[in-house]
Amino acid sequence: MAMEMLKGLGTTLKEFGKKPTTVSYPEEKRELPPRFRGRHVLHRYENGLERCIGCFLCAGACPADAIYIEAEENSDDNHISPGERYARIYDVNLLRCIFCGYCEQACPTGAITLENIYELASTHPEDLVYHKEQLLEPVGSATRGSLEAWAAPAPAETTTPLPGRQGFFDGLPATAASVGQADLPTETEILVPGSETINTSNPSDRADARTVEAAEAGDLRDAGDAGDADDAGEMVDGQEER
Amino acid sequence: MGVEDDIQNAGTPNPWAPVQYFSNTQTPRAPRGIERPEGFGIVLTQMNKVLDWSRSNSLWPATFGLACCAIEMMSASASRWDISRFGAEVFRASPRQADLMIVAGRLSVKMAPVLRRIYDQMPEPKWVLSMGACASCGGVFNNYAIVQGVDKVVPVDVYVPGCPPTPDMLLYGINLLQEKIRKHVPNPPDPLKVSGQTYLGSEN
Repeated sequence: MAMEMLKGLGTTLKEFGKKPTTVSYPEEKRELPPRFRGRHVLHRYENGLERCIGCFLCAGACPADAIYIEAEENSDDNHISPGERYARIYDVNLLRCIFCGYCEQACPTGAITLENIYELASTHPEDLVYHKEQLLEPVGSATRGSLEAWAAPAPAETTTPLPGRQGFFDGLPATAASVGQADLPTETEILVPGSETINTSNPSDRADARTVEAAEAGDLRDAGDAGDADDAGEMVDGQEER
Repeated sequence: MGVEDDIQNAGTPNPWAPVQYFSNTQTPRAPRGIERPEGFGIVLTQMNKVLDWSRSNSLWPATFGLACCAIEMMSASASRWDISRFGAEVFRASPRQADLMIVAGRLSVKMAPVLRRIYDQMPEPKWVLSMGACASCGGVFNNYAIVQGVDKVVPVDVYVPGCPPTPDMLLYGINLLQEKIRKHVPNPPDPLKVSGQTYLGSEN
């Protein structure tokens, strides 16, 4: 009894001198990751023109239908954007928005990015429909926003190959997230050039195949295509024999 | 002449008559600019200030996690964000002991009467925080199964966007609610009472 109590107190003493893990939020804010997706920001060029050209691609890509745009033609005396059109109205319903970043990916001019602005709550929901004046960065500033963070190569922990047989899928580095398949044994046998036939039921073979180089993956893809062609030829032959 | 007509003539109520649990009309919004009346009272005004201050610093939430937002809500009560710094760490399973309902997640039409009943069981004064896109307006689930915003069922005091909101965003919403309580801003109008609709098992 006494020993157990001392043990518990020992745990308390052990943690006594350590720094607390708590982020005391309103006073002290945590460091956000560079790819954090918060509120949208509309950007400008260095000469003050808006990047948005009113092409509706972001509104089309939005899975929640949160973006509402009305475009208008640029004229000589009202030149807003370098393109033919500009967005006269650009509303983002932040309550509908799920902060997926598809608008940022769809934008051809890098006009809209999701920044690390996250203090967004409101007592009136209509206040959370942000209009163009609120979203647009002020005149004189021309930033790229989080596009730089997305252009940089992804952190290593997000690009670990999936625990399958090859680290590449369609010639691209395969991750568990991008492919959506894990270490599933398949019925087909994949021939890797310069190696033996991989037995999918043997875990050690799978571990070997995980370390396929990028160049080999290209070869593998070609070989796979060739194999498909051969299969098709065999099928045709078989039909002829019948 | 059919069987249905016979039943209607006999005065038997149809047990499968559609019952609407949520308001289809325009959701009533809270009027702006209403704050504590600047009275010249000494005793009662000062006491109300003390009451509001103490209420704002002991918001006990009722557990109403419906979907993935609940994970972030739990994370906000864990050690890193530590919602107990605002006196809101006691998540109560009984609505009788709760002041604040954090609706975390999408509200399906089947769950709407449950939400309403739990809200009705909470003692006054009570507040509702709608957490996330789905609870606030339906989010991506713009379909027949999801209520397009819990403000069609209960009066919502604070809306927090995000999918799901990070714990910081939730804490910001709770701070906003605390400010609102300290300023003595009244709750928004009840959507069901305004629309005149009733729900199953209610007396009003």
